[in-house]
Amino acid sequence: MAYIAAIDQGTTSSRCIVFDASGGIVSVAQREHRQIFPRPGLVEHDATEIWANVRAVVRDALAQASLSHADIAAFGITNQRETTVVWDRETGEPVHNAIVWQDMRTDALIKQLDGDLFRERSGLPPATYFSGPKLRWLLDHVDGLRARAERGEVLFGTMDTWLIWNLTGRHVTDVTNASRTMLMNLETLDWDPELVAAMGVPPAVLPEIRSSAEVYGTHEGVPVASALGDQQAALFGQTCFAPGEGKCTYGTGAFLLVNTGDQPVRSANGLLTTVAYRIGEEPAAYALEGAIAVTGALVQWFRDKVGLISSAAEIETLARTVDDNGGAYFVPAFSGLFAPHWRSDARGVIAGLTGYISRGHLARAVLEASAWQTREVVDAMNADSGVDLTTLRVDGGMTANNLLMQFLADVLDVPVVRPIVAETTCLGAAYAAGLAVGYWPSAEALKANWHKAAEWEPSMEPAARDRGYRKWKKAVERTVGWMDEDDD
Amino acid sequence: MGCVPGPIQSIHRAAEVLKLLAHGGAHQLSVGEIARALDLAKPTVHGILRTLQEVGFVEQEVEGGKYRLGAALFQIGTSYLDGNELRAKALNWSDSLAMRAREAVRIGVMHGRHVLVVHHVFRPDNSRQALETGALLPWHATALGKVLVAFGEWPDGELRAFTRHTLDAAALAAAVDEVRDRDWAYDLHELVEGEASVAAPIRDRRGVVVGAVGISGPVERLCESPDRPPRLELVSYVREAARSVSRELGGLSW
Repeated sequence: MAYIAAIDQGTTSSRCIVFDASGGIVSVAQREHRQIFPRPGLVEHDATEIWANVRAVVRDALAQASLSHADIAAFGITNQRETTVVWDRETGEPVHNAIVWQDMRTDALIKQLDGDLFRERSGLPPATYFSGPKLRWLLDHVDGLRARAERGEVLFGTMDTWLIWNLTGRHVTDVTNASRTMLMNLETLDWDPELVAAMGVPPAVLPEIRSSAEVYGTHEGVPVASALGDQQAALFGQTCFAPGEGKCTYGTGAFLLVNTGDQPVRSANGLLTTVAYRIGEEPAAYALEGAIAVTGALVQWFRDKVGLISSAAEIETLARTVDDNGGAYFVPAFSGLFAPHWRSDARGVIAGLTGYISRGHLARAVLEASAWQTREVVDAMNADSGVDLTTLRVDGGMTANNLLMQFLADVLDVPVVRPIVAETTCLGAAYAAGLAVGYWPSAEALKANWHKAAEWEPSMEPAARDRGYRKWKKAVERTVGWMDEDDD
Repeated sequence: MGCVPGPIQSIHRAAEVLKLLAHGGAHQLSVGEIARALDLAKPTVHGILRTLQEVGFVEQEVEGGKYRLGAALFQIGTSYLDGNELRAKALNWSDSLAMRAREAVRIGVMHGRHVLVVHHVFRPDNSRQALETGALLPWHATALGKVLVAFGEWPDGELRAFTRHTLDAAALAAAVDEVRDRDWAYDLHELVEGEASVAAPIRDRRGVVVGAVGISGPVERLCESPDRPPRLELVSYVREAARSVSRELGGLSW
């Protein structure tokens, strides 16, 4: 019983990482699944394929380290958030492809919802992003589904629920995933009857809401002992257990979460109020979340669609051919702006273009966009919490970009710190599962595993920072209101 | 100082020929086709092609046939590995190395006469440390540098003695030979009195050494005694990390 296995069911792939007691990685297995694009703006996954991949990566990760199920003290689960699946209770067959978090098909639906009611009770503004509207869409569009749902013949779940049901036979979700549906009441941590009714969802399809760390059941004799949405798992993996501690994960998008303790904090500045985690019977910890839609995705776009670089890492090389952005600012509002603006009518701009601008300047502007967007979210976070962030803990693939990390410290004017284990999402799921089965004695013990791998100190002149931020804000102003009623 | 050299016509023309072969849709052209495209006399083009063929920059399928770009050219084009790319690929493995060895990790590449630090992971004890990414180290007094020179070229320039243990040219030549045999290097008090380092080569898919990864720290922690080479357990961690990064470079790029 020497190890913990974390299952990370992500947007593009499923992974299994086996950890030892020091939080060190023992083995890793990964399989990608198909991205199904029925139309522009629509993204689906095949939940059956994902379940097959999850079984395969667990098998592969154990085999790589010559382990059997008997060597595993617990499974932990972390997952892409908000992605929605409905399946037949008897056969286990999904009734439709899973609707992925990026999917925008519920755009018309969310405009009909009472924004104030949902914001007040669930902490979320109506947006296509969340799972409740996706469930409603399925009920409205899959033949006969509403009637079957009312008879209790089908079950709804996000990917955590889908996996736990397949692994253990129980229909449950954890508080962090439930807090992304727009249907959970942040105070009671249970389904809110009024929100459920307003969304038009039969209560019989909803899973039971449980803690993030408890034994939900067993699979091959191994306890399945944690479930956390991916960003909450990263917060937990960074051991941000005290109010005011937070992290920002840089992947396709970026997600800044700050622990606000045992009380939900309502945002007046465009942040989401969400559940950070709940360990066993302890009170839940809440978080404020700043979600940025496009960070790493802009570098990928620059590589794949513009073709000035052949790998993501090369953007730093290109950016270093010049000393600054030459006055160019790139706001990547590819599908509108997320936090703190929440403007779906915005589209991207490159502002400040002159004949002087070279590809090196554009590469700088691409990288700086991630930092300026983080600055906007940190400002909102500071305003909502009344306390200024003193350091930013970062993780994710973009932390390999030294120029970006230095620029981030410069524009935030606080040190930026990277921990030594970059796989914080899986680590968080493993930590929660390990706590649930007593593999680790306490959250405090986990803090001893956290070590600083790198730190970037701010070194920018205040005047330059202020001027840059002013220009960035002007560039953002130029993105909003681009889309018209008759645009698709 | 002599006069400022002007462009050399034959090199200029050779470059035009290579560009044409790189962009000509068929990628294979005859002497006549090249001569017409560049508006040059056929014997001139023939002479250029013969020289390029000797150095492997162009090749022919059959004697007297059409010309295409040669293999040597592609090797030159790809032997340069972006330091930022190396850091991105090495991130997980250098973290693991720092955790196992409990020491600071650096990844270096040659930059003129110096070792350029392209990646630095702090010693995992949460003490105050400054990020050294972008710093230059003397090659002859570091394990990283000895590895890079053992599998690369001996740079010109003076070998400054930093301590009384810094090796002179003769001792260094012998040490570098040994590195080539053992496939790892160390330094003992050679840069800073009381400090040691261990490093091993990172190879790309063709087996070319494109960087070195290593740990450094006080001799009390790295060595059994102050005058003995670093402990083999630490050497094995370093070599394992180097192999893992090398494996990563042989795979598909993300």
